[in-house]
Amino acid sequence: MNGLLAVARLTLYEAFRKRILVAALIAGGGFLTLYGIGLHFMGPANEDKLSLVERRVIFNMMTLAGLFAANFLTIMTAVLLPVDTLSGEIASGVIQTVAVRPIRRRDIVLGKWLGHWTVMAAYFALLAGGVLTITALSTGFTPAKIEIGLPLILLEGTVLLTLSIAGGAKLSTVTNGMLGFGLFGLAFIGNLVEQIGTMAGSEAARQVGTVASLIMPSEALWQLAAYHMQPSVIRDLGNSPFSPVSVPSTAMVVWAAGYIVVTLALGVRWFGKRAL
Amino acid sequence: MTEPVIETRGLRKQFGDKTAVEDLSLEVLRGEVFGFLGPNGAGKTTSIKMLLGLVEPTSGSGSVLGAPIGHRATRARLGFLPEHFRFHDWLTGRELLLVHGRFLEMSSRDTKARADELLARVDLLDAAHRPVRTYSKGMMQRVGLAQALLGHPDVVFLDEPTSGLDPLGRLLVRDVIRELRERGTTVFLNSHILGEVEATCDRVTFVKEGRTVRDLRLGDVDGSVEVDLRVGSITEEARVAIARVGRILEYGGSASGDGLDRLRVALPKEDLLPQLARAVVERGVPLYEMRVARKSLEATFLEVMGEDQRPG
Repeated sequence: MNGLLAVARLTLYEAFRKRILVAALIAGGGFLTLYGIGLHFMGPANEDKLSLVERRVIFNMMTLAGLFAANFLTIMTAVLLPVDTLSGEIASGVIQTVAVRPIRRRDIVLGKWLGHWTVMAAYFALLAGGVLTITALSTGFTPAKIEIGLPLILLEGTVLLTLSIAGGAKLSTVTNGMLGFGLFGLAFIGNLVEQIGTMAGSEAARQVGTVASLIMPSEALWQLAAYHMQPSVIRDLGNSPFSPVSVPSTAMVVWAAGYIVVTLALGVRWFGKRAL
Repeated sequence: MTEPVIETRGLRKQFGDKTAVEDLSLEVLRGEVFGFLGPNGAGKTTSIKMLLGLVEPTSGSGSVLGAPIGHRATRARLGFLPEHFRFHDWLTGRELLLVHGRFLEMSSRDTKARADELLARVDLLDAAHRPVRTYSKGMMQRVGLAQALLGHPDVVFLDEPTSGLDPLGRLLVRDVIRELRERGTTVFLNSHILGEVEATCDRVTFVKEGRTVRDLRLGDVDGSVEVDLRVGSITEEARVAIARVGRILEYGGSASGDGLDRLRVALPKEDLLPQLARAVVERGVPLYEMRVARKSLEATFLEVMGEDQRPG
């Protein structure tokens, strides 16, 4: 356990020392500023021209758009931040001086996972918290069931972060990054096929999306989060680009949790067997 | 210095079709400075990695400090300076040592005190606050030595510790090895620089094509000597007598115009020197000079590796 925490602490310190957190704060600050300006012109500055219902619809869309961007930036962070943490240190030989210490290989992987997850979660909290705070202060609007939606987005990031770390135990940095984004893209397209297929009444297309979600549950988790964070009236009317036609099953949450555990276990096993 | 701290029997490592180490069988005694010699690609680094638990052997067995190789708790008693000195270079020199102190589960106070002591020893106190990536190669080696010695290890593995370094860097390694020997620490030295091995090691093992092929105690190398003789005109009878004692490697007349003959004779043991002198003198040949040239480690290395290992 001490070794795990020492590695996690080193990982956090690395994020701090390499100015990853500073870069994230600057990028996140820019995003939130732009979001705040946009919201102001659509909300308070436009108040007289819109009815109460129209304002609610627009605020809902804007908040979901803001959270979608926060979700996307978190995914980018989840894949890119740890993409070379194992593969890079294995290739350079840096890992050797760590692995000869009395630390279990398992603790090296789990410590890196914990450190990177903390950075990613803090980044997501900053972005999502910023979007919700700006929205509440500027318009007084708060999306529905954020206590369900936000953890689902975090779960999505956790899936990709775990995949990125586990992949690094087996693959080179570039291959690992391509795999992470490739699977994310597969899930994204799979979901589009599922949504459009459902609208067109194609059961086969819907099942293609389900299979894609089983291979990579990221997009299904976002769809489920978006579904929960919208008021039922807007959701049921379907007048929002964030309202899924085909709502993923809540079983997908269990699948994603299992996906994380199995992927992490594979990463531990691969790294444990790897010649350093 | 009798208790073995490293023992291996038939350790083998295969990477796919390639056999990196065929048969590593060796024994290193406590307090010994042990040299591990072989040409490039002989499997030296893979062997060290197996002993440290970085690479899992395909077959064979071994122990370090009485525990199976790779044993977690035992690794706290090992120090390792890797080839090329690769570390977390975004850390400062002092931070690197503090991080490794945490890995070794040393107390914060002990780590700080030990870090200061080692940074002073390797002359890096002034640069301790700078990121390691700003260090020269020599400084990297020094901070690497400090991290290897941080936990007061019982066995220190040095993998090519002076490769590409200037004489000052090499001297530091020699001094550190001497200090470790005085404290009774076992040193496992993998080096290409035979002069360095000759100057520091008690014993060497030669590894060729993944096999340990010869073990040699230094100081007497293999016990054989070469002798340069400067004598008066040598007779056939004297030549035969000399050939009975040793092997005549070279025979020639005076090159310096002093009218004396010169011979180089290889003796299997130094004890045969008086017999060689008698073989000359008792045959009535005047003996002007007899100089012992011990066989260098390089000569032994070339002999062990054979001509087939020489490039070109």
